[in-house]
Amino acid sequence: MKTTPLTEIHRALGARMAEFAGYEMPISYAGIREEHLAVRHAVGVFDVSHMGEFIVKGPEALKLVQRVTSNNAAKLAPGRVQYSCLPNEEGGIVDDLLVYRLFDDQCAEGEEAFMLVVNASNIEKDFAHIQRYNNFDTRLIDISDQSGLLAVQGPRATEALQTLTDVPLADIAYYHFVKGRMAGIDNVLISATGYTGAGGFELYVANEELPALWEAVMEAGKPYGIEPAGLGARDTLRLEKGYCLYGHEIDDKTSPIEAGLSWITKLKKGDFVGREAILRVKEEGTQQQLVGFKTEGKRVPRQGYTLLDESGQAIGRVTSGTLSPSLNMPIGMGYVPPAFAKSGTAIQIDLGRKQVAAEVVELPFV
Amino acid sequence: MQTPDNLKYTQNHEWIRLEEDGTAYVGITDFAQESLGEIVYVEVETVDETLEKDEVFGTVEAVKTTSDIYMPVSGKITEFNPALNETNEDNDPTLINSDPYGKGWIIKIEVLDPAQFDELLSADAYQKLIE
Repeated sequence: MKTTPLTEIHRALGARMAEFAGYEMPISYAGIREEHLAVRHAVGVFDVSHMGEFIVKGPEALKLVQRVTSNNAAKLAPGRVQYSCLPNEEGGIVDDLLVYRLFDDQCAEGEEAFMLVVNASNIEKDFAHIQRYNNFDTRLIDISDQSGLLAVQGPRATEALQTLTDVPLADIAYYHFVKGRMAGIDNVLISATGYTGAGGFELYVANEELPALWEAVMEAGKPYGIEPAGLGARDTLRLEKGYCLYGHEIDDKTSPIEAGLSWITKLKKGDFVGREAILRVKEEGTQQQLVGFKTEGKRVPRQGYTLLDESGQAIGRVTSGTLSPSLNMPIGMGYVPPAFAKSGTAIQIDLGRKQVAAEVVELPFV
Repeated sequence: MQTPDNLKYTQNHEWIRLEEDGTAYVGITDFAQESLGEIVYVEVETVDETLEKDEVFGTVEAVKTTSDIYMPVSGKITEFNPALNETNEDNDPTLINSDPYGKGWIIKIEVLDPAQFDELLSADAYQKLIE
């Protein structure tokens, strides 16, 4: 199993560790609910070094990025970030990712550079997929094994991190990034992004800098109530915001249109892998649509449970569910036919020995 | 990880403690609560029912996962631990995490066939199972 530069630190903090995407990762420290609420109301720090990072660099870097991703990367000025996905030829999703347009000082004359941040479970698959379409004058480089990543998330993240840097953090707009010195470490990529919907930053540094950065962030965060947070809280936080998770809401078979990702699927930007298949889905209409729902009682909907209409007929499936720590009620996401996708629609969830009533609601939950 | 000697255990990680009056307390083991993580809800809708050994009597919801709980032996369910019962205002399902063999007991049963205890795992055998 792979480790991150912080694995020993997590163990020393008493984290529950488990295998995730081939990495030994912290699932929780003080407890998922406590960590979740710390991130929603104060600040938490996540080791997400398992995420994959690729550099696309060369005179035709933009052409390759445009060819394989669904969003319009031509709109990205240096210092900007974009959520996007890698569609396959059938119009399914190879992966979802962040696309960073790097600053030109990273490049030789006449070159441009991007960083693609992909899911850990898909690193090899994504690399092979992108390389397959790389008949451009550009290089694709996997730096995942050299790159560490901390997500410092929460409404007090900016204040806490500001004590470690002269870079004016409040000036970094959402989905923008800068490179700067933080905690005595040069060239930290400070990105106003995250997967929690709580605000904050993601900090990319070389592996060998990561332990020092972690310690500095934990120390600086103390007056702000910082807590280390694990992948358990990361999952409940993203679910409250209705964010898709690869392997749950999206996979090789789901269309970005069904998953509510039309907004990152720019069919007018020119040709890209999967465009025709996605266009067809858009023209013909979808068979299923991703929705959020709340249930009665305290039983938690889980991935794979069947969704039923009011008469008990199977209509779809649950993709994710949890007891929302913010709302203290069960919430979930799943696929239903468009006729059931309107908020307020009454449905049921099959728990096995019994059914429980649920209601389709607008996303996000929180 | 605790595995008290005075209890019997199942492969599904339940424990059972036989009392002198022929009733018994049933819960889940320290190993089980540790694996499940923070427990947020316990559902037992089988009070007053008589269930066979290995039948499901309830469900435990942890933040990350759902787990059914099974009868270690056949019996009539006479009580669901009020301290875990959602309908009581001061219920606290995390008692299963903090005290799995004590305050975190889940049901009390009337045992139908005490001989079934011989089929259950001893503390030693259970300890070996989870190692």
